[in-house]
Amino acid sequence: MTEAKTLSDQDKKALLVMSLPPVTMDVERGHIKRFAEAIGDTNPLWSDESAGGVIAPPTFLRMMITEAPAPPELAPFPQMLDGGSDWTYMAPVKSGDVITAVTRFASVNQRNISVGPAVFLVLETDYTNQDGMAVARQRNTLIRY
Amino acid sequence: MSENLFWEDVAAGQELPSLVKQPSKRQLVKYAGASGDFYEVHYDKDFAVEIGLPGLIVHGALKNAYLAQVVTDWMGPDGVLKKLSVKYRGTDIPDDALTCSGRVTKTYVDGDLHQVDCALSLTNGSGEQTTTGTATVVLPSRSG
Repeated sequence: MTEAKTLSDQDKKALLVMSLPPVTMDVERGHIKRFAEAIGDTNPLWSDESAGGVIAPPTFLRMMITEAPAPPELAPFPQMLDGGSDWTYMAPVKSGDVITAVTRFASVNQRNISVGPAVFLVLETDYTNQDGMAVARQRNTLIRY
Repeated sequence: MSENLFWEDVAAGQELPSLVKQPSKRQLVKYAGASGDFYEVHYDKDFAVEIGLPGLIVHGALKNAYLAQVVTDWMGPDGVLKKLSVKYRGTDIPDDALTCSGRVTKTYVDGDLHQVDCALSLTNGSGEQTTTGTATVVLPSRSG
């Protein structure tokens, strides 16, 4: 057994007020094509340019939080599991868009799972396009242990 | 792929056409490259075993994409996906046949939007449900 791992109330508070650096990405047609191939989705919408740009599949924005944030408070919990995602879509994302993603920790809870103490984090990401329009929100549950 | 699915054609209990996906290790590497998710558990077996997994596992987000495809294939080009939720209840391994399915749970009108809720499910080759989900879509209405 390793030493007991724990997250103090202070650590939790620090995470909840932490502002993570925004990420901005140019949405490229070739990237959408490659993403659609990688998920095996041949829907013609993901390659049709008649709407003034190729529409991105619903989970395309996932790539904008590729590296899970690793603040020192979470160092005792090095492994991670993805618990799931809740997406809300407000407007389509198309090639040519410039999307900015802003992520924060919406909740932090410690719980025991089969392999020992774990931290359940909800990462909430708001995606905004070049016109300042909110296009999507993702709430991703990340389990660190 | 359905064309011009109308809200009036849909009723609770209807099944969405299911998809069977069998992601190979190669496909996991393609997904890692396209999504930027390079967590080693998806392509480095030594790493996966070292941290206590039986072997490589399929990206949760790839299963999310599969369940999204069930919905977008079914709703057709005029449908609009408003909400999509997935919960991973178990891990999946490469080369297993994953059956991705959906069922209409509710049809309703919200303001002037004709909406449909669906339940989603992903089942592995042993018949275990490893991912569940829900989706809300807006469909065109014949009433305009």
